[in-house]
Amino acid sequence: MRFRGYVRSDGTVGSRNYVAVIPSVVCVNEVVEAISSRTTMTRGIYHHQGCCQLPPDLARVTDSLIKLGQNPNAGAALVVSLGCEGVDTDRLVAEIAATGKPVERVNVQEIGGTARAIQAGMDLAQKLAVKISGQQRQDVDLASAIIGIKCGASDATSGLASNVVIGYLADRIVEAGGTVIFGETTEFIGAEHILARRAKTPEVAARIYEIVGRMEDRAKSMGVDMRSGQPTPGNIKGGLTTIEEKSLGAIVKSGTKPIEGVLEYTEAPSSPGLWIKDTPGREIEVLTAMSIAGAQAMLFSTGRGAPQGFPIAPVLKICGNPITYENMSGDMDVNAGLIITGERSIEELGEETLAHLIRVMSGEVTKCEEIRYTTSMDIYTLGPVI
Amino acid sequence: MRSERLTGLKVNDRDNVATLFCSACASHEVEVVDRQGRRISVVVTGDIPYGHKIALGDTRRGEAVIKYGEQIGVATSDIRTGQHVHVHNVESTRGRGDWEEEAGSR
Repeated sequence: MRFRGYVRSDGTVGSRNYVAVIPSVVCVNEVVEAISSRTTMTRGIYHHQGCCQLPPDLARVTDSLIKLGQNPNAGAALVVSLGCEGVDTDRLVAEIAATGKPVERVNVQEIGGTARAIQAGMDLAQKLAVKISGQQRQDVDLASAIIGIKCGASDATSGLASNVVIGYLADRIVEAGGTVIFGETTEFIGAEHILARRAKTPEVAARIYEIVGRMEDRAKSMGVDMRSGQPTPGNIKGGLTTIEEKSLGAIVKSGTKPIEGVLEYTEAPSSPGLWIKDTPGREIEVLTAMSIAGAQAMLFSTGRGAPQGFPIAPVLKICGNPITYENMSGDMDVNAGLIITGERSIEELGEETLAHLIRVMSGEVTKCEEIRYTTSMDIYTLGPVI
Repeated sequence: MRSERLTGLKVNDRDNVATLFCSACASHEVEVVDRQGRRISVVVTGDIPYGHKIALGDTRRGEAVIKYGEQIGVATSDIRTGQHVHVHNVESTRGRGDWEEEAGSR
């Protein structure tokens, strides 16, 4: 199986060719927004971090922004700095440039304020966009694919239809030599023993128990029942009673292949196959984690209807609930509810969705991309804002 | 599963609940199918919304509620066949910071 992607100078392959406009700190999001809204090939990497955080979190934010800039879906990057942030902007610029892609920077305090920064940023973004716009897609093997998978706004259909379809795709992509990453450690609680049985080594199994224990301790730290934080009120309305039930349905999307290893939030997989990434369950931090790991596209399962995409990656929405699909067809790409209504088998819908994913990897837009519902993202940090 | 609209699904042979895909099922007999295509008829004893669970057997307070062949929680009251199984009669045993808080304050 093959797709048509942008082959980068470091050998990675993009499914999109954007100029990533990266704020090194939350304080310049407005400048990034102004630059991105007046230019066409740009995508703002909005987040709410980068200052007044403890050093491990600042390193984590810097590493995350570097990996987002290095993601092959970005053909070039423009870093916007305030000038006094906690993120190491010099390292951010240098490490993105080390991939061989063109990088520019603008510093709001040095250049003389917001208006000048926006003007300079637009000029630089335009220059970068023109420079990369002539790049052509090439035929590449699906082994180059790195696919992030996620479920959000789940209901009882998620574990029985849409996650089953994603699990089918996860197996097919791994069999083709590609890479698949899943996260949402919170949604392993009650199902970790099943994942541990699929771990490639006893060490990987021990790591799965370790990250689940760590996440459960965080959930318990406020002295309350985690229910209604997880599962969410929407999950409960949709028929999911406990975190165990949600987890057992959530892990279905990982398919059946052995688990190669467990990645920390800012890590990328070192070889193909199926990987776990330690993340919370919330959409915005999970999609960011997948993009940090180099994902060129995401498969996103939903039952109640999660609309969001991601700035630099196509997000294919696979809806398990046939009623939600009809109700939100402007947001949903694939109707996996056809399994519930008996109109498709799992295998038929799996093959159709795999073909759909390959078209998207080759340039077809997803519904959330077309309506530009693509700016909801953030970086998951651990310590306090101080 | 093809060419048949599901009204109820029992995922694993060990399960004591099934997921229903009909609404306003109250006082109706619903047909639950398992992975082997076997059918079970259950009389619904209350209103069960789309996507919610029905008890396939009697479960006593404190006993495990099983779906996907695994424990998804524990019954907080006796549950009779045909009843709606959800947050009003099942609780989780995981992420219970409240239990640790109670143990700590004793």
